[in-house]
Formats: sequence, C-alpha cells, structure tokens
Amino acid sequence: MNRYVILAVLVIANVATALLVVRDRHQHRLAFFALTKLEKARDELNIEFGRLQLEQATWAESNRVDQVARARLGMVFPRTEDIVVLRR
Amino acid sequence: MKLPGLKLPGLPKPDARDKARRNGARPAGNRPRGRTPFNLRGRLTLVCGTLALCSVALLARALDLQVIDKEFYQQQGAARFLREIPIATSRGMITDRNGEPLAVSSPVESIWANPQELLKSQARLPQLADALGMDRDELQRRLSQRAGKEFVYLKRRINPDEAKAILALEIPGVASQREYRRFYPQGEAVAHVLGFTNVDDRGQEGLELAFDDWLRGTPGAKRVIRDRRGRIVENVDLVRAAQPGRDLALSIDRRIQYLAHRELRTAINETGASSGSAVVLDVATGEVLAMVNLPTFNPNAVGTSPRDAHRNRAVTDLLEPGSTMKPLTVAAGLEAGVIRNDSLFNTHPGWIPNGRYRTTDTHNYGVLDTTGVIRKSSNIGAAMIAKRLSDAQFDAFMRRLGYGKVTGSGFPGEAAGLFPTPDRWSGTTKQTMSYGYGLNATPLQIAVAYAALGNGGLLHQPSFVKGQHAPARRVLDPNIAKDVLHMMQTVTEPGGTATQAAIPGYHVAGKTGTSRKASAGGYSRRYIGYFAGLVPVDKPRFSMVVAVNDPDPSRKGYYGGLVSAPVFRNVMEGALRLMDVSPDNLDAWLAAQAEAEAKRLKASGHALPAEAAATVAAPATGAVP
Repeated sequence: MNRYVILAVLVIANVATALLVVRDRHQHRLAFFALTKLEKARDELNIEFGRLQLEQATWAESNRVDQVARARLGMVFPRTEDIVVLRR
Repeated sequence: MKLPGLKLPGLPKPDARDKARRNGARPAGNRPRGRTPFNLRGRLTLVCGTLALCSVALLARALDLQVIDKEFYQQQGAARFLREIPIATSRGMITDRNGEPLAVSSPVESIWANPQELLKSQARLPQLADALGMDRDELQRRLSQRAGKEFVYLKRRINPDEAKAILALEIPGVASQREYRRFYPQGEAVAHVLGFTNVDDRGQEGLELAFDDWLRGTPGAKRVIRDRRGRIVENVDLVRAAQPGRDLALSIDRRIQYLAHRELRTAINETGASSGSAVVLDVATGEVLAMVNLPTFNPNAVGTSPRDAHRNRAVTDLLEPGSTMKPLTVAAGLEAGVIRNDSLFNTHPGWIPNGRYRTTDTHNYGVLDTTGVIRKSSNIGAAMIAKRLSDAQFDAFMRRLGYGKVTGSGFPGEAAGLFPTPDRWSGTTKQTMSYGYGLNATPLQIAVAYAALGNGGLLHQPSFVKGQHAPARRVLDPNIAKDVLHMMQTVTEPGGTATQAAIPGYHVAGKTGTSRKASAGGYSRRYIGYFAGLVPVDKPRFSMVVAVNDPDPSRKGYYGGLVSAPVFRNVMEGALRLMDVSPDNLDAWLAAQAEAEAKRLKASGHALPAEAAATVAAPATGAVP
C-alpha cells in the first residue's frame, strides 16, 4: 500500500516537472525572441547614431569649414593689430 | 518459455466427442479425406511468431536508434538544421581628444546570389541588372561562369538603402549580407596616425593596427534552426553574446592636426620640398597633439595611393637632426659643469679642424658666449663644448634624452634612431654629433627631447592615447633646462636664425636646423630644414618639430629658419589660441597694437597724428610692469 502511494507521488511529480520543463523552455524561447528583437533595435539605433556622427563629422570637416568660412562667409583671421588686449 | 502450439502436433488423439461433432458437421456421410489434417493452431502460432519476431526486430532497431546510436543520429540531425551562426559586431570608434569622430565603422550591405537558384528565373535577370546598375550581358556572363556554385557576390559594400531596394524586388536566390566599412571623416589630415583597416575590418597600419585588439569586437554566436533553403526558422539559443569593439580616445586634437596639415602643405608647395613632417607634443604630459606628414593619402580609398605615402614619416624616418642637437649639447655641457652660461668661445676664423676634416660655420662669428652659440647656431661653438665633455658623458646624456632608443609611443614600425655606442666612435664622431651629424633620429624623438627641456628636465614617454601616460623621468636639472630655454628664446628674437618663428604676444624658444642629406660617398647638396621649438617660454605648453625634406634651394632657400619656422609660427599661433594659453609677452603685443593704431589714425587723416599716437601709446607704456 505504502509503496503504491510513493510510486503514485513520484509519477505525478515526474509528469509535473516534465510539464514545467516544457513551460520553461517555451518561456525561454519567448524571452530569447524578445531579446533578439531588442538587440536588433539597439543595433539599428547604434548604427543610425554612427551614421549621423559620420555625417556630422563630414559636414564639420576642418577643410570644408575653413573654405566655407573664407569663401562663402568672407571671414578672415584677425591680424595682431585687430586684437585688442585688455588689462585688468 | 513453452509455446502452447508446440505440443499440439503431438496430440492427435481423436476422442469420441470430437468425432461426433465432426460427423454432425458433415451430415453427407463419412467421406474419406486424402490430405493432411488442417492444423489451425500450428498456423496461428507461425503467424504470431513471425509477427512477434518482426516487432522484436523493430524494437531492437528502435533501441538501436534511440539509445545506442542516439548521439550520432542527433548530431547528424542537428548538423542539418541547427546552425551556429556568427553575430557580426562593429569595430570601435576612434575619436580625437574632444570626442570628435576620426574613424567610424558604418554598416554596409553586400548583395550576393546563389547562381543555381537565380539562373532558374531568367526572366528577371534584366530587372536585377538594372537595379544593380550592371550591364545585362555582364551579369549573365558572371552567373553562367559560376553556374555550378552556390555563392557569388553581385555588388559589395553598398549603401543599406540601396540594398533594401534591390532586395525588395524579391528575386529568388538574391540575398544580402551585412558588412562593416571604416570611414575616416577627417580624410588625409589624420591618415598616417590612424592608419587603415583591410576588407575584414582588421587594422593594417598605424593606430588601427596598434590598438586592433582593443578596437575589434568579438563576434558572438547564436544557435538557430534553419530550413532546407537556409532561412532562419527559429532562434534557439544565444551561445555567446557579441562583444562590440571599444572606443578609443586619442590625444590628437583635430583642430591643431588640421592646422598643422594645412600649414605644412603650404610650406611644401612653396618650397618645392619632396616631403615633410610635423609633430606637436603636450609638454606637461607627452601626449601627441598633432602629427602630420606629407605626402599623404586618402584613407577612405587606400588602394589608389602609392605605398610610399602610407608611411608615418614622423616616427619611421631617420633623419640627421642637424643643429637641433646644439641646445642639447649645451645642456650636456652645463650639466657636466664644463661650461657656464657666460663662457666665451672664440670661433675665429670660422672653422676648426675635426680630424682630417673641418668643422665650419657659415660666417665668422668671432667670440660668442654660450647663448651666442645657440643664437647664431655655431657649429664651432658646439664642437668646442663637446670637446670638453668625455665620450661617456656625451653618450650618457643623449641616451637619457631618448636618442638611439624607441620613444615607447607604441606606434607600429617606430624607428629607434641611430646613435652609435662610444666604442664605435672614431676620433671625429663626438665633435660631429655635437652639431647633429653622424647620428639619426625621428622627428618624434627630437620633439620628446625638447619637451623634456620645456618640462623642467622631466621626460615623458610620448603617447597617442588621451590620459594615458607613464610617470615622467628626470633627465636634467630644472635650472639648466630653464637656462637653455632662455638661450633658445634668442633664436626667434632679432639677431637669431629664426625670426620668422616669433609669435606676437609670446616668447618662443626654438632652434633651427639645416642638415645636408647624406648620400653615397658624402653629403649631397640636398637638405632638410628643421625647426624645433617650445611655447610659451614662461611655462611651455607645446613642443613642436617641423622637418621639411629636400626643399628646392632655388625657390625659398633651404634654411630651417626659412622653410620650417613659418610652419611652426602659424601652427603654434593657432594652437595657443585654441588651447587658451595666456600670452607671456603682452608688452610686445601692446606695443605692436599701439604702433598699428597710430598707423591707422595717420592713414585715416586724423588731425595731429603724432599726438594721437602718443595718447594711444601711453596706456601701453604705463602697463609695462
């Protein structure tokens, strides 16, 4: 009698844990799917950021700024005599 | 076990009841039967036995598959559908000291095709060719050539948007693959320092190579299930997370770098020189603020430039340092106590013997004091100082300042320079070396030695990484360093060899150098014009070396004071302003300002120009402490 009870308990426990394993595995897959999606989104944002930085750096390229300032905006470098020194 | 059917054949005992039943079933009478009696049990047994054997065989096979050879079959199954695929990761960004990007990896797409699949849909090939911007025949030819293969690149490294448009056509057998490409927004100005990467995004030269391990990410891996056509059905597991490359902040200042590049280029164009280098160091830390070389190359299209232009001459090329050695010779003499600041040297008549040769000056300078030796750049003066030093003293001092040894900057391919040990010196070597011949150094080595002079005798190992520096090493007494610095200041003042290096508002300590290039059988009529200097003298911030190689003497001359000093002045003037260094020579500035003001008033025709000039000049003179 006692042995049957133990056996029954073990069988039930076995089935229960098997189901839990199935559930956990499913959840793991769902979580992994979500992770992959988020990582992809993160990568996309990083890539976009990198591209924007590249674009900004290209616009801000020293040579270009130099030429635009001189040619288009007509800016000149102040000569020494143009600089006023203030003493406190 | 005893099968029950087995004993049946042994029981042919017809009893009375049996007979009666049989007779009852056959009322037509007792016909004799010629065949053996029908043995039902026997047959049943046979069928059951065969079936049982079959199922046993099945069970055995199942057992074989499921238990005994399970490993093998599971592996085989997994090999067909479970795949470990790499997760691509990008290379770290390189920025300048202010966080401005100098090298950025950006994703690009490469379009590839499976010719076996693609060739099945011939009708769509023209459409694909148009989308790729390829000739239709050419595409057809390329695919036919590789008809037996499963992979061919159609177009590599294109804009992701462009790739998306091509994929949107949904032509079977065409797919894209992500790759990373390195972009250098600053172009050729920083090309030598950064170096470049190859097609696989691995560093090939420069800091890209030196810090490859740091910049390079570790690609991750994930396990996926793929169907027969290679499409990913399910992401199963993450094996290793991708480790993106780390960013690297360099000590380079983009603005100073650009300035140096621009000025050096102007100088090279004006003087007709073949190449040139410039190095700017932060005196207090030894960080490299700028390092430029010409000729240069476009790092975004490396293949189009000659290999010769890829070299970072400032650290790889060995040049005779010429007169830039003289301040160091003087410092060695002061340290050894063989000369004093007010020692006198009679350089008359402009030459002295050096073994079988002569050491000559360009002019006969007569009697010079120690400062005069530097100001006039007298070879004879330097030779006389060296004569009073023992070989060991001279050798030890120059080695302490880093000559003949790699600077430890970590730049790939850095040259150690050539500084022979005293046992290999001939009778004339020390004297020759005292004014910078008979030894070789890189421009970076000269800049490091000068930075030590400006840093009160503390020598810093140069570094390309922001905030990363080893503790300084004392190589010289601070007082001697200061004295030498003030002697070098006279070089840029009226009467010195490099008045063109003077910067209004700042005291500049520097030294020109003009070395004749050694060629087979002696020294040729080709030159290297140097200027090495420190600003501001009060508390030096920058150490800069400019080397202009092989200027055309017929254009602007070849003296360091003419070809290299203007580069120094223009770059340092900008750098001092950019880094907010306060002027240490305000009075000269104020005087210049007053003069200009007076001139302007005069020109604009104001009444009593003399008086106006006086009133303007007054506050200036009053400000003199």
